[in-house]
Amino acid sequence: MTSLPETPTTKKLGLVIDLDICVGCHACAVNCKEWNSGGHSAPLTDFDPYGADPTGVWFNRIHTFEATDDVGNSRTVHFPRSCLHCEDAPCVTVCPTGASYKREEDGIVLVNADTCIGCKLCSWACPYGAREYDHDDGVMKKCTLCVDKIYNENLDEESRVPACVSTCPAGARHFGDLGDPESDVSKLVEARDGFELMPEQECKPTNRYLPPRPRKTAAGSTGAPSALEPQVDGGDSPFLRWVDKVLSR
Amino acid sequence: MSLNPFETVREVVDTSPPVADEVKTTTCYMCACRCGIKVYLKDGRIRYIEGNRDHPVNKGVLCGKGSAGIMQHYSPARLSKPLLRVGERGSGEFKEIEWDEAMDLAVDWLGKIRETDPSKLALFTGRDQSQAMTGWWASQFGTPNFAAHGGFCSVNMATAGCFTIGGSFWEFGEPDWEHTRYFMMFGVAEDHDSNPLKTGIGRLKTKAQAKFVSVNPIKTGYSAVADEWVGIRPGTDGLFAFALIHELLKAEKIDWQFLVRYTNAPWLVIQDPSAADDGLFARDDEGNPLCYDAEKKALANATGVDISPALVGEYKLPDGRTAVPAFQLLAARYMDDRYAPETVADECGIPADKIKRLAAELAHAAFSQEVVLDVEWTDWAGRKHDKMIGRPVSMHAMRGISAHSNGFHTCRALHVLQILLGSVDVPGGFRYKSPFPKHIPSFPKPAGHDVAPNTPIPGPPLGMTTEPADLLVDADGSPKRIDKAFSWDNPISGHGLMHMVIHNAWKGDPYPIDTLFMYMANMGWNSSMNIPNTLKMLTDKDPETGEYKIPRIIYSDAFYSEMIPYADLILPDTTYLERWDCISLLDRPICSAHGPADSIRQPVVQPDRDVRAFQDVMIDLGGRLGLPGMTNEDGTPKYPGGYPDYIVNHERAPGIGPLAGWRGENGDQHGKGAVNPNQLDRYIENGCFWQHELEPNQLYFKHSNKDYLDYAASVGWIGSADQVVLHVYSEHLQKFRLAARGHGDVVPPEEHRERVETYFDPLPIWYKPFEEASVDTDSFPLHALTQRPMHMYHSWGSQNAWLRQITAANCLYVHPDTAAKAGVEDDDWVWITSHHGKVRAQIKTMAGVNPDTVWTWNAIGKRQGAWNLDKDAPEAKRGFLLNHIISELLPERKDGYRYSNSDPVSGQAAWYDLRVRIEKCTAEDADSTDPLFDAMPQRDAPREGDEKLRYGEEFKSPPSGKTGGAHLEFIGNREEVAETVTGVPSGHGNQKKEDA
Repeated sequence: MTSLPETPTTKKLGLVIDLDICVGCHACAVNCKEWNSGGHSAPLTDFDPYGADPTGVWFNRIHTFEATDDVGNSRTVHFPRSCLHCEDAPCVTVCPTGASYKREEDGIVLVNADTCIGCKLCSWACPYGAREYDHDDGVMKKCTLCVDKIYNENLDEESRVPACVSTCPAGARHFGDLGDPESDVSKLVEARDGFELMPEQECKPTNRYLPPRPRKTAAGSTGAPSALEPQVDGGDSPFLRWVDKVLSR
Repeated sequence: MSLNPFETVREVVDTSPPVADEVKTTTCYMCACRCGIKVYLKDGRIRYIEGNRDHPVNKGVLCGKGSAGIMQHYSPARLSKPLLRVGERGSGEFKEIEWDEAMDLAVDWLGKIRETDPSKLALFTGRDQSQAMTGWWASQFGTPNFAAHGGFCSVNMATAGCFTIGGSFWEFGEPDWEHTRYFMMFGVAEDHDSNPLKTGIGRLKTKAQAKFVSVNPIKTGYSAVADEWVGIRPGTDGLFAFALIHELLKAEKIDWQFLVRYTNAPWLVIQDPSAADDGLFARDDEGNPLCYDAEKKALANATGVDISPALVGEYKLPDGRTAVPAFQLLAARYMDDRYAPETVADECGIPADKIKRLAAELAHAAFSQEVVLDVEWTDWAGRKHDKMIGRPVSMHAMRGISAHSNGFHTCRALHVLQILLGSVDVPGGFRYKSPFPKHIPSFPKPAGHDVAPNTPIPGPPLGMTTEPADLLVDADGSPKRIDKAFSWDNPISGHGLMHMVIHNAWKGDPYPIDTLFMYMANMGWNSSMNIPNTLKMLTDKDPETGEYKIPRIIYSDAFYSEMIPYADLILPDTTYLERWDCISLLDRPICSAHGPADSIRQPVVQPDRDVRAFQDVMIDLGGRLGLPGMTNEDGTPKYPGGYPDYIVNHERAPGIGPLAGWRGENGDQHGKGAVNPNQLDRYIENGCFWQHELEPNQLYFKHSNKDYLDYAASVGWIGSADQVVLHVYSEHLQKFRLAARGHGDVVPPEEHRERVETYFDPLPIWYKPFEEASVDTDSFPLHALTQRPMHMYHSWGSQNAWLRQITAANCLYVHPDTAAKAGVEDDDWVWITSHHGKVRAQIKTMAGVNPDTVWTWNAIGKRQGAWNLDKDAPEAKRGFLLNHIISELLPERKDGYRYSNSDPVSGQAAWYDLRVRIEKCTAEDADSTDPLFDAMPQRDAPREGDEKLRYGEEFKSPPSGKTGGAHLEFIGNREEVAETVTGVPSGHGNQKKEDA
């Protein structure tokens, strides 16, 4: 069906998402919605926006779930999910019209709305559920990595970055070339043991997630003893101990 | 175009489409955080809103709420014209009227009140960000009956903080994110200072040198990323703090030097139980507090320098009586076994060994990980110090502490804990934001002792009472304010009690009023307790006269909220993008620990409806009513240009106006200075904000830092450059307690005395929250709380077309063990029953919650038809509010009197005291929430597409011809990443330091 670039792209633009500090605030999802509503894939249609079943096209969604171990210890996880711009993108190869494609110059996976026939094969093929069908337009839409923002010469240089990244209040999102081992994001991934989502699917996703850091919960994890050593036993004795303390104001 | 299925079809992507015709800066109002924003406008429509990188609050980031501003601005719930009620109250039947008629009506109603008894107007302005103006307006009108929403939000934090450290948590202090090694957060705090907190937590964790502990019954949001979650039982945080203090005292892990230098711990307290001055500080003839100089072996002026104050011991005063240092009383209290970890463990729901470990970790961070900054500074006495040495333990708290009836003392307990650790405004510790700290007895006192026709009251209606004579009570002790603020019910209710105004006005207790004038608080719904009865009070009529018990209600809001049908006259407000505003140092500023700041809103678009900004309307009304401050001597209005005219030209004191930046005729003065007619232009040129950065030697020890105190005094924030002494022991509280013992000229009536005696303890106390103490806890075994969804701000957020796609219904979250005991499973419908009523909801189980606690998201539930949502909106059917089952009153006192459901000191609404049980519904009940109220009539306001919304497609533009270029790498928290990842340069976002 549709071909991927003949050789893997050298530039692999993508996101690095730090699960250690994502507080699940939805800022990235809403700011993405806001930019892209008027952007490359505009509009991101909303259905029944003031009614019984409000739904719409979002390129980025936050899932909050709880994982509990056998003894009942729980962890609440905030997991932002968007297109991972895979090297071996099954959404591209499955496309019958060539509409779903991967850019050679930067590795961004896009959908050509002019040639998309809305068959949804790509959404079936994507193991991450990262595609969004716009029923109103009859075409598939998805994260563009803000392709109309990151290079946009009409914006201040500081704004040339995906909307989800620049808006993140916790600083949990990073953007760069993951194909370049010397890039800042690659160094960050290396230092923090960043991981691929579902490598067994063999899609070679570009995006990376940074795992939660080990929690300083156990006794001694901050270097402190597990309890303080009492110096006094209560009653009047502390006052006798302290009465001769000479302190200066 | 041809389709060749065998090769990739290359699309020409336009990578540089034009984004905007114009970019304007202003200030966000999607919550109370007040971030700077840049609004991209294209063809007169809003294309994009992004955070302003230069702004001191958000530094470029923007949350989910702020990012949804477009949908707020174009909301179909917007009101479009003044409305006059024509049907019965509550029916929602209105006719549209012109502004002239609306203003004439308001002037007629209010003018008559002002000519007879101005206190018959109650002006309660909700989530008002212009209280410096609206409070002043009330003073000029002559009514003491003014408050905003602070009484049901944050007043425990404000009063307890101001009485203890001369500053506050809430949004008026911040951890020293850069240097802290241990950050402890108490309770839900997701709603205030929201972006600075998220940013701070992100930076702190990225730097990975600190431990973050979240003490919260519920593990969501910030608690989810904390190193350690302490799932405390609600309302026991004070007890937990005392156990930590107990451990620190016993181990002598306290900062002795900090106590004698910066606090009143060594001040001598008179021990003479029957005397009128028992428990007050012993003072010399000049009124200076005394301490005992352990070296000179004599009494000394405790405010002196180079003395050696004793912290324990019994000392004879010149009059022969005995006095002890305040610290001795403190130590004796908290070293008692009552506060041992083993004793409190069950009550707090925290194992004793965990409490002990946390105390050890606090002590380790404070005393073994000192932060030393090579910055020379001068203390209040003029002594130079070559370093700033700090104890890097920081704390933060907000609503989780605030919304309990023991919140005032709990907040004080946390501040005392910080003081004992020596971590108040030191490197690595908690830091004051400008203009704090303030001297503890120096706050303005509430005005309104005397009310007379056509006469202003001589000061602000809200303030801090520090002794009984400040109370607004009659000779018989009865309240002078409609909400009973500053009365013996709640003597230090510094923000008033908005949650009581409807009940009291309806009941005529302490007196009936004529007009209730409210702004931006959904008091017919999620801002009130006991909604079913509140709606009855709003519509109740006097059977004799047939008149409404609350004769007139005026309401101003931008949206068709649940409150609208209950008002007689509606003054439609603009959205936040259509208005002028000022975020003033006189009110609730946006400063940081680095210095003062204030900001403005400018209209970035013009209203397309017949609406006016509430603040413009108030200035206009003031002129029409002839209020002195708003009228020239010839009777013409003083601010004909409305609110922006007032912002620039009003002076509260000579040289001090609503905005501190670019004052003086040439705009070259800051803080104080003459009116600058071009001030707003200067703000706009600077991104709609002003800030001043303090010098490095002013940044810490602000309570005792000469260079800082001199500066603060010079700009009028404090009356003198004297040291701000921190109060572990509150003599002010003791003064009220002495009145309860019958001492002094102003004493509480007999029936209030036991309560005042009990709760005006000069040292922090812990007691069971009132509801827990008064209901049968076997019948109501669970605590019920709300948490703040980070993507919504009360009902304003949950009506938003984008945000309601994230959350449009709410469940009750229950611990699996608790659910099993109640025989319920996920998605079952349950009755949640309190002593006051019951509400129906669906449950979800989660392990990350204290097993004695159930909770839900705040303010999702809506009334059918409200906010112009469809009648079958999930918010109405599957969204619910706990408000329905919270009583605004406590159970009866022996004589039948019912106090408000509030903190007995501050009057803070005790939302989180709620106790409930849960029971599975019968099958026929299990379909929707209950109670369901009659649907509000839908308004035919403009809707941007009923079935679908294709916002943004109009922004598509012809190709620019640009198809790519070089990308810029963005690293979040770049500075902190640079410190921890080799080879990553410092800087901000995609700007590296070498090219920044």
